[in-house]
This record gives sequence, C-alpha cells and structure tokens, in this order.
Amino acid sequence: MASLPHPTRRHLLQVLGLSGAGFVIGHFAGSASAFAATLAPDAHQRPDAPLPIGPFIQIGTDDTITVIVRHIEIGQGVATGITTIIAEEMNASWKQMRFETAPLGDAYRRDSAFLGKGVQNTGGSSSIASSWVQMRMAGAAAREMLRAAAAARFGVATSDVTVVDGACHVGAQVASFGSLAEAAARIAPPPPDKLVLKEPSDFRFMGRERDANRVTGRIDAVAKTDGSARYALDFNPPGLLIAVVARSPKFGGKVASFDASAARAVRGVADIVEIDNGVAVVASDYWAAIKGREALVITWDNSQAETRSSDRLFADFADALEGPGAEVRKTGLGRAGLSGDGKLVTADIAFPYLVHAPMEPLNAVIELKPGVSSRITSGFQMPSFDQKAACAILGLAPDQVHIDVTLAGGSFGRRGTLDADLTVEAAQIAKAVNGRAPIKLMWSREDDIRGGRYRPMSIHRMSARVNRGKIEAWVDHTAIQSIWSGTPYLDEGKPDALAVEGADVLYAIPHVGIEVTSPNSPVPVLWWRSSAHSHTAFAKEHFIDIVARDMNVDPLELRRSMLRDQPRMARVLEVAAQAAGWDAALPQGRFRGIAMQKAFGSYVAQVAEIVAKSEGGFAVERVVCAIDCGIAVNPDIVRAQIEGGIGMALSALLHEQLTLKDGEPVQSNFHDYTVLRIDQMPRIEVHIVPSGEAPTGVGELGVPALGPAVANALLCASGKPVTRLPLDLAGAGKPTA
Amino acid sequence: MSFLVNKAARDYHGDDDRPLLWYLREELKLTGTKFGCGVGACGACTVHVDGEAMRACSMPVTALDGRAVTTIEGLQGRVGAIVQATWRALDVAQCGWCQPGQIMTATALLTQNPKPDDTQIADAFAGNICRCATYARIRQAVSAAAAKL
Repeated sequence: MASLPHPTRRHLLQVLGLSGAGFVIGHFAGSASAFAATLAPDAHQRPDAPLPIGPFIQIGTDDTITVIVRHIEIGQGVATGITTIIAEEMNASWKQMRFETAPLGDAYRRDSAFLGKGVQNTGGSSSIASSWVQMRMAGAAAREMLRAAAAARFGVATSDVTVVDGACHVGAQVASFGSLAEAAARIAPPPPDKLVLKEPSDFRFMGRERDANRVTGRIDAVAKTDGSARYALDFNPPGLLIAVVARSPKFGGKVASFDASAARAVRGVADIVEIDNGVAVVASDYWAAIKGREALVITWDNSQAETRSSDRLFADFADALEGPGAEVRKTGLGRAGLSGDGKLVTADIAFPYLVHAPMEPLNAVIELKPGVSSRITSGFQMPSFDQKAACAILGLAPDQVHIDVTLAGGSFGRRGTLDADLTVEAAQIAKAVNGRAPIKLMWSREDDIRGGRYRPMSIHRMSARVNRGKIEAWVDHTAIQSIWSGTPYLDEGKPDALAVEGADVLYAIPHVGIEVTSPNSPVPVLWWRSSAHSHTAFAKEHFIDIVARDMNVDPLELRRSMLRDQPRMARVLEVAAQAAGWDAALPQGRFRGIAMQKAFGSYVAQVAEIVAKSEGGFAVERVVCAIDCGIAVNPDIVRAQIEGGIGMALSALLHEQLTLKDGEPVQSNFHDYTVLRIDQMPRIEVHIVPSGEAPTGVGELGVPALGPAVANALLCASGKPVTRLPLDLAGAGKPTA
Repeated sequence: MSFLVNKAARDYHGDDDRPLLWYLREELKLTGTKFGCGVGACGACTVHVDGEAMRACSMPVTALDGRAVTTIEGLQGRVGAIVQATWRALDVAQCGWCQPGQIMTATALLTQNPKPDDTQIADAFAGNICRCATYARIRQAVSAAAAKL
C-alpha cells in the first residue's frame, strides 16, 4: 500500500472498512463482452462500494480538514467538488478545508463500470457521480465520530451534541474539530445503514453559489493565480536530469540505426539510450536535451509505418463504408428498415484527427532504485495502468512502485492512456541509465502535436427514410479507428461500440441501425474531450436538421415530436429554446440552430446564434446552453465547464485539424495547429435545470452539442450542410435566407 | 552581465541562446512561469521585462543585461493585486497552466491602459491561449479589474 505523504500531526480517522453489500452497484467483473453489455444507451458511471474514510479525511490539530481526492484535478473542478461534499456532510467550516490529490493506493481503487475491477481513474465525466455516495457517507461518518468524541468529552449523550461550522456544541460548550480529532480517531465508525445523509433542503454548500467570501469558491484558485500551484512539470527533485526522446516522424516507424557522436558532444548531455519509442537524450537541463536531440542522426525503418496522406486516408475510409458495417445497436429492423415507402435522405460527414494539446506539455518524473523501488510523478488520469506498466518494465512488485499524482495543466483525456505511454518511455529510460538520477521525461509542444494519440478521424454515413411526415428509419455507419482494439476491453472480432458512443438516438424512430467499420492504421488514437460524442453528436444532430429541412419542417418541432418518451431530454431542449428566445424572430443577418445530446448520464441542449459579417462569412456570437446534470454540487463550476467545453468545441469546429502528408503530421505547434483565441469566444449563457437526481457528468458536457448547433444555424443561413470539419465559417459567403 | 529578477540581482554565465524561461524554471526554481509551446505562440511564459509583457521562451537570458524581470511570483503593486483578486473572485482559472501568463498580460495592459475597450482587450490577449477556454471569464475579469482602477 502506498504511504501517504502527510505530516504526523494530522490524525487519521481510521475507519476499518465501511462495508455494506447493499451499496455495491455496477460491479464489473467479467469479460469485455459483459462490459459492453453495460453500455446500454442510458448506462453511465455508477457509484459503487463505500470505502474507509481514513484515507480520505484528515483533520489537523490546527483545525484544518484535508480532503484526499482520489481523482486528478485537471481543471474540471473535482478537487473543489469532492471537498464541498465532505464539508457539507461534516458540517465543517469552509475556510478550514484543504485538499490533496491521492497517490495511487489500494484505498482509492474502485470497481468501475468503465474500466473494470480495482482501478483508480479520472475520466468520462464520472468523478463526482462515482464518488457521490461514498464521499457523503465518509463525511457523515466523520461527523458522527466527532460528535461521539465530543459527547465523551462533555459527558453527555451523542444526541445532545450539535455540529455546526466545524465545531461540536453542547449548550454553551464548544469543541473544535481539531481539538477532537485525536479522540475521534479512536472511535468506531457507525455502520453504513445508520448513517444519515443530509436532505437537499439542508444543504449549506452543495448547490450553492460562491459568495463574496469565496465560500464554495474553487479551492485551488489562490495557488493558480500566484504561481504556487505545483504541477508535475514543476517537480524538481535534487540531481534531476531531463530526458527528451527522438521519435519516428511516421507512426509505426522504428529506429534502424543512429549516430549519437555529435549529440554526445553537446554541452550538458549526460547519456543517450535507445528505447522502444526512439532514442532518448538525457541532459542536465531541457535546453541542452533539445540541442542534443537535434544533433542526433537517426535512420528510420518505415516498413510498418503509416505512409498515407490525409486525402488518401479519407478516401480509404469512404471505401470502407461501402456495404453495411458491424452492427453495434439495432432497433426494429435496423438497416433493413431503410427499405420501404417514402424518401431516402443521406449525407456523409467527415471529421479530422484532433490533438488534445493540453497547455501543460506531457511529462513524467521517475526516480528509480534498480531492483528496489521506484516513484513516478505525473498528472496521470489512469495511474493503475501506469503502475502496472512500470512494474513490468522495472521488474518490481506493485508495492515497490509508488505513483504520485499531481495537478495537471489540462488533459482532455491525453493523460489517460491504457498502455501508459509516458510511463513506458520514462521507465525504459530510467532502467537504461540504471537509475543514476531522477529523470524528468519532457515532451515538447512539437512532440505533442506530432506525437499521435489523436481524437480519431472518421466519416459518418448517415441515412434516413422519411415517409408521410415521419422519420421511419435511421442508420449511422461510421468508419473510424478503434481506441480499444488490442486491449483487454475489446474482445477480438467484436465491433468497438465505444468508438461510436453517443451515436444512439433518443428520438422515437422505429428502425435504427448504429454500425461501425474500423480501418487499421498505426496512427495511435485516443479520447479527446467528450470522446466519441465529439463527432457522433455532430453527425446525428446536424443530420436531423438536414432531414428536417428536406421535410420542410421546423427542426425544433421535429425533435419535440420524437421525444415524447424522453422527459429529461425534452425538458433541457425546451429550457434552451426558451432561454434563447427561439419563438421570437431574429434580426436580419442573425441565424440560430439547436442541438442536443445525452452524454455521461447528463442531458444538454444548446442554441447557437451566428451573425453574418459585412465582409462575408459568419461569426458565432451567442450560445445558450441548458444542462440537466442532476444535483449541481458547485453550480459555478458547472457553468465554467460548459463554457470551456463550448470554447473547445468551437475551436475544433472552426480551426483544428491534424493532417498527414506521406504519414507525417503537417502541423507542429500552435502557429499551424490553430486553436480558438479570445477574440472568437462567444457570449455564453448556461442554465442548470434544477434536479434532485444524483449528480451526473459535467466536465465534457459543453462539447457535443455546440458543433451541430452552429452547423444547423449555418444550414438555416446558407442552405448548405456542413459535411467536413473544420468549417470555414468566415469564408462561408453571404446568407441566402 | 547582470539583471534583476523580482528585484533580486542575478548574473548569468550559461549558453548564449538559452531562453529566459528555462533559466527562471530550472536555475532559479521559479516555476510559476510556464512552458506551453516554446515558440512564443501561446503566452504561457509571459513575464514583465521593465514592465512590458514579454514571452520568456523567446528571449535569451543574454538579452537582459541591465533589465528588470518580474515573474508571477514577484507580482506587486496595486494593479497586480487587483487583477489577482478579481481572477479569484470570478474563479477564472480551471487547470491554471496558462493563468500566470494571462495575469501578467492583464497587469501589463491595465498598467498602460486602465480602461481598455473590448477590442483593446482582445488585442492584448491575442497571444495568450487557454485550452480550457476560460476566455469569457478573462474578459469579465479584465473589465471588472478596470472598473476598480
């Protein structure tokens, strides 16, 4: 078990196992096909078994309460969210709250509907949802133990103790949490079925807006505005050496031979070692490492490499769409429902590779005592996999490999790799230099843009049969590489359902077929913010408007008519439409579009307004969003996440594409992999639909509906569908409507 | 050569072309100034040189003779304090990696122009990328800070 890096004057409330079989839900223990069965259209992250509270709540004699958060804070606000939940049930005072990120540890592993047994994971907008019950129980248990300690101190019954604002009161007598902590730590916790969780009407923190004293404001706001916040790239253990890796310019290329003589002569270069992914230069500082790398002469074996250019890839993907794909989901007759009376409407919509490109470039620090132990520090989203990979490479047992998880400067999924790509590189380097010094593996921005792990490119071939004013059949056949193939999560020969997550329609259409064909390429692919929803929602929601236009019906009316059995989806649609003033006419030169999606358990709808520019083209000026995410633990963080997701989606819509020429990325840094900047950020209004449901996903929910809402607005303005991203909105001509 | 970093006198004897960014982060252990792109395209490394917003990744240390560098850790003065307080009040930061650079840009802008209009704000921040897209709140924070000046 990993030891926690905490000072001794904090007293752990050692609760030995709140067990309770009644709380185990969604326990995944089986094959990939059993896992896939959990991916029914309404499946999402589920809370599972409660855990001991000791590793989660630590009370100091200085009266601070430190919440150990088992999810990584990558900007999405989970540190504040988990802290809010604990503070709420404990009846703590906000100003005594602190947080730390948990290292990889047995207490922090969960069974996950997404990744299986015993993993520690942040992803799929699931952190609050998966920790909701357990953190509330942990906070409630801690409160009860403190009450019992106060009761013992004051010689009264526990029922005579009230807990307010971080202190226990018995009449006029008061004892702070800090003064009670040592005694409370020795008290047996109440059994889970005796724990009383608060009613929403009693919430002081959850669901509350941040106030002028910053109560329930982001708990990391000060550190992130004064330069003191520590990320993995900032970690500088004594004796640190920097490593950068020269990797193949083409994906799937291998080192054939290399000449390191000039590189070794560069000032500061300490060592040069070959690893699986290329040639590593180890140096005293980053600048020296980069100059050393530039002096390497490497010959690459490209016999297994991807050598196609993007145009060819898209042509090959289009060819792969001839004929039906593998069936992922079918309603009614599926594809066979396309035969019948009425009219067939079709569209192909193509999406490029996207780079995650979080602002903190990728890095990991590894300390190795060969054969003895290792510590790896990084902004890992899936540290369980990193430990496993490190153990295999270093020949160490799990309890010899400690994984420290830091803040991360963004991730969007890039730091969550099942094959632990960063750790594999770092561990191979450390092993090759025999642990001579702590090594910080650093990726440059060029390494990041050119390094793969892209949101997959795809083509969605959409088909619908319309008969007598109704959509009777709908098929979405997507050509897309599989992220899961080659992992234990996808049975060989089975279609990758997750590759088209979000393609399912909530609309009442009798015959629906969701199909996927997975072409092969050595280009490595990965999630990106909202995973497959980033393209499946676009294809679906834009195609619905294309069909509506063909049917000559209002796209909102068409949606309404098909959502009668989906009350939560229908409700967010109405909230967004109303807030955007859908029924009111827009001034000349303004157009709007609507789109919706269910993702990660939550429901979102957006209306985008575009305005025609005098010089031609359009700009996105206003986005109205409605979200139903169950209880919003921190409403302002929910709004901030939606704003951010909208900005990222707009960036992808207008600017982002990673293209290949002869298999090599064309783009290399932010000057040519262009992303959204402040001048193009629209006005955004977020409406959180009130709900008493348990919290569901938030972090990625701003993304899926934005692209199609804008495309639908443009369809309105120009009559032209969007069939390829990115979209040149500025060059889209003048309105024809 | 000699120069100031956060009012402390420094000297430098390293490579001619080593950027200020790496000197700050690796020699002085001032890790508040962040690495984002290395080519001056993203603004994460923004510092003040004699009060002017500059990209530390694109300035060799050797160009700093006789000059005064201020990093986020050394941000002082009324404008900087108001900017930081406003950034916190509006919870601008998400992942936070770009925010020291944004705050340095904001402080330089408001020091030179206490009442910028929307175009001036967009121009001043054109070089600062935020991948979390906190841009709407950055705009609000700059306007709110300006209102206090």
